[in-house]
Amino acid sequence: MLSSTPESVTPSAVARPRARAAGRSTWRLAARRFWRNANARVGFALIVFFALVAVAAPRIAPEGYDQENLLGRLKPPSAAHWFGTDELGRDVFSRVIYGARISMTVGLVAVAGALGSGAVLGIAAGYTGGRLDGFVMRIMDVMLAFPSVILAIGIVALRGPGLNNTILAVSIVNIPVYARVARASTLAIKEHEYVVAARAVGARPWRVLLRAILPNAASPLVVQATLGVAGAILDAAALGFLGLGAQPPTPEWGAMLSDSYKYLLTAFWAALAPGAAIALMVLSFNLAGDGLHDALDPRLSSRA
Amino acid sequence: MGRYILRRAAALIPILFGVSAAAFLLIHLLPGDPATVYLGEHATAESIARVQHEFGLDRPLPVQYGIYLWHAVRGDFGESLDSHRPVIAEFLPRFPATVELTLGAITVALVVGIPVGVLSAARPNSVLDRLGMGLALTGVSLPVFWLGLMLVYVFSVYLHVLPTAGQLGVNTSLTPLTRIVALDGLLTGNLAAAGDALRHLVLPSITLSSYSLAIIARMTRAAMLDALHQDYVRTAYAKGLAGRAVVIGHGLRNALLPVVTVVGLQVGSLLTGAILTETIFSWPGVGRYMYDSILFRDYPVILAGILLFSVVFVLVNLVVDVLYAFLDPRIRYA
Repeated sequence: MLSSTPESVTPSAVARPRARAAGRSTWRLAARRFWRNANARVGFALIVFFALVAVAAPRIAPEGYDQENLLGRLKPPSAAHWFGTDELGRDVFSRVIYGARISMTVGLVAVAGALGSGAVLGIAAGYTGGRLDGFVMRIMDVMLAFPSVILAIGIVALRGPGLNNTILAVSIVNIPVYARVARASTLAIKEHEYVVAARAVGARPWRVLLRAILPNAASPLVVQATLGVAGAILDAAALGFLGLGAQPPTPEWGAMLSDSYKYLLTAFWAALAPGAAIALMVLSFNLAGDGLHDALDPRLSSRA
Repeated sequence: MGRYILRRAAALIPILFGVSAAAFLLIHLLPGDPATVYLGEHATAESIARVQHEFGLDRPLPVQYGIYLWHAVRGDFGESLDSHRPVIAEFLPRFPATVELTLGAITVALVVGIPVGVLSAARPNSVLDRLGMGLALTGVSLPVFWLGLMLVYVFSVYLHVLPTAGQLGVNTSLTPLTRIVALDGLLTGNLAAAGDALRHLVLPSITLSSYSLAIIARMTRAAMLDALHQDYVRTAYAKGLAGRAVVIGHGLRNALLPVVTVVGLQVGSLLTGAILTETIFSWPGVGRYMYDSILFRDYPVILAGILLFSVVFVLVNLVVDVLYAFLDPRIRYA
């Protein structure tokens, strides 16, 4: 449609749609490779499944997540309670379903925060170089010197337990990962001719960063972020298990495990379901992340 | 080699400064005043001011950091709010138990992870490869605390073949020497106690190793695939060497280099995992102590723990770097 307008005769206007089409087809090719990978398909389907469960939780769950029934405590699985009941007589199945909302939110929000801040820091550091680069990356080095969950424990322990602080802590400790990936890509990309060309025609720095560098640095970040959601869900569950995450009666899977593990001898089902749910959700993001990795970097997938 | 070690060690100094400053700033820069957290939401202004003065929180930040650092380098991390004993005196006796558990986990991770990676890489896309990588994928996806609980349920509660918790049975007596109990049993010739200690070590080690095992298996496979595509491997096949000799002698020997680095990085996840694993197995190490301190909101202990864990992590990675340079001379001159 652009070709019918007179402006399109100028070289820059012709070049742009062509570049965009190429960009789109790169991603389309990657999508096709992703879809051909059985593991990736399973991972993607599971993520969709969990997302639907999370959205429709109040409609699917037979009972409320905080509906106590002290006469029916620690009952084994039955037709009425598929996953049994917990130490307060709450339906474990319903609580696991509501838990999908929490873990999904925690994983996505924490990674979005880490990815956003990390990418901005990394691209800015890599593109500018010099002192800013040194300063930002030394801070990232220090953050990486902490084992990540330990640092998250510190942040949550001092800010006070709770779901919001868990998300904040998991997000902060993951910033260096994205900053490093973004910086490495930026360093490689900024020497390319199209970046030099964009600068030469007088594009402002933010335009160079947004239009030339970010789209080309995106694929390693997307892979890292997908795998990062898996890690964030695990870390948040660990904090929940340590009593630092969501507080009762919130049906967070890690917190559910820490409540029920004291009753392992008499009611193992109360611990079985939430843990299996964490494992399955983490597995789905790991499968999808591995699939994306292979799809976006065809050199690797063709070999193995 | 000596100069390389010195250079690496010197590079640690700013990192350690940064780590201590970060641990320190954690208290001060984040919203939420430790005195308020300590006293609860409904504390009066006077009591908050009193606690702030007691902990020196009313002095300028650089002064506070200076005092904190001066005490920390001498091993003084303050007193536990719970026991009122010096924090360091609480940590040190618990350290050997964690060392024992971590060594057990690293052993399991290496002994299982490397062969899984090698076998997977030797026949890419075979059934064995799919099984091995499936195992690895499961390993990175399982929450360690849940794996521990399920292992306890199956092997201790249901099958009664392994103990549920602790380092030693109640009926086993042992003269403490290194406080690494399996080693103490061997050193004092008390084989019954050593056996008992090892039986107690099995489930916690498997639990703690799961994540690292998976990472090591995946890394070994990737490094092996890389090595097996090199020209010297084709040469080895061409001169008629047997498949196994090539895979082990030419492939694995070269693939182990990157694996060494990964093992070092795993120490971070092992330390974190130790908090969860020790909690589940009532293991009397620093991890369980951290958990108890978190429950009690024992801030001096939590902060000292974070700092100690990070310093151990940084030092182990220094050792790994040096080991790497020893194994691969190219690094030293880079």
